[in-house]
Amino acid sequence: MSNHDSHSAEHHHDVIAEIKKVTIILSVLTIVELVLGFWMIDITSEGLRLAIKGAIVILMMAKAFYIVAYFMHLKHEIKNLIMTIVVPLALFIWFIAAFLADGNSFRNLRNNYDPHFKEQSTIKVPEKHHAGGESHKATEKHEAGSTEKHEEKAAH
Amino acid sequence: MSNVTTASSEAKWWNGGKSPFDVEYGKVMMWYFLMSDAFTFGAFLISYGTVRFSTNGWPDPNKVFKSFPFAPEGVNAPLVFVSIMTFILIVSSVTMVLAVHAGKMMDKKGVVRNMIWTIIGGIAFLSCQAWEWNHLHHEGAWWGLNPFNNADGTASSTNFTNFFFTITGFHGFHVFSGVVINIIMLIMTLMDKFEQRGHYLMIEKAGLYWHFVDLVWVFVFTCFYLL
Repeated sequence: MSNHDSHSAEHHHDVIAEIKKVTIILSVLTIVELVLGFWMIDITSEGLRLAIKGAIVILMMAKAFYIVAYFMHLKHEIKNLIMTIVVPLALFIWFIAAFLADGNSFRNLRNNYDPHFKEQSTIKVPEKHHAGGESHKATEKHEAGSTEKHEEKAAH
Repeated sequence: MSNVTTASSEAKWWNGGKSPFDVEYGKVMMWYFLMSDAFTFGAFLISYGTVRFSTNGWPDPNKVFKSFPFAPEGVNAPLVFVSIMTFILIVSSVTMVLAVHAGKMMDKKGVVRNMIWTIIGGIAFLSCQAWEWNHLHHEGAWWGLNPFNNADGTASSTNFTNFFFTITGFHGFHVFSGVVINIIMLIMTLMDKFEQRGHYLMIEKAGLYWHFVDLVWVFVFTCFYLL
């Protein structure tokens, strides 16, 4: 009996150690993602931005792996169960490649054959949300502001 | 003959009399439900990616999500609020693992304590999301309304806000149902239901769902706030 107890206590410590380890890994990965995100704010080079975005996607996949494998315990399940879950999800590789390529191709087609679409993406427009904060109420606010001014003038 | 030996070692799990996956029926079904849910979220995120790829310009998330509660209007704090939301969800996932582990050890007190922390984390995340939605709504963003211009200063379509509110809303709905499930699990634990059954398998199934919610947030957070 004491033997059994010491075994389960050992197991308990192993599990807690694994949870601690995965928590630290997830936190570090998230912090690296955020550092990359902050760094990217001031970068204008498209190539470098794309490289950072690629790195963020790889970190995202690593986080997903640690959550599924350790927190959801999938790594410790039987191989057959792992396969019935992971193999269907492999369809995502095709989904992502096919649909993003399709979106990209649609943009190229429109840029080539739809002059209106191409033109719209070159016309700069004034920023809406900084003026007054609430764009759909901005006109109301503006009107309210102008009546106040009128009142001030009247008072003077 | 060699065929037979390999077959017998292969067939060990498939001879009948026990679960070939060595897990309980409910847990297998929870896994398959989560797999189907992953396809739903995947379809949402891939359609977002496809539309974004088919458009010339897109709003800069660092200009859209730059506010913070109780901060003065016009504060420029990109990524700060969402990183707090992310850490809240990671921590609540950790307390959920601890609750599942306590359940395996038949430690009722540990289950109750960690479930309470997990529920608090879930409610904190939902509160953060409610604040962010409310703030964006006040800035004029909603389904069909997009006050934000593209990063290059050109006019943006409403695709940006439509996808943002639909996908974070669908995720928030999952967080909400996860909190409800966790509260039910906490009440059942307090009523000694699992002590009577002799196992805490329900906590493990609720835990799978809760980790899935955290997993989806990893993708949603990356796709909307970082990329």
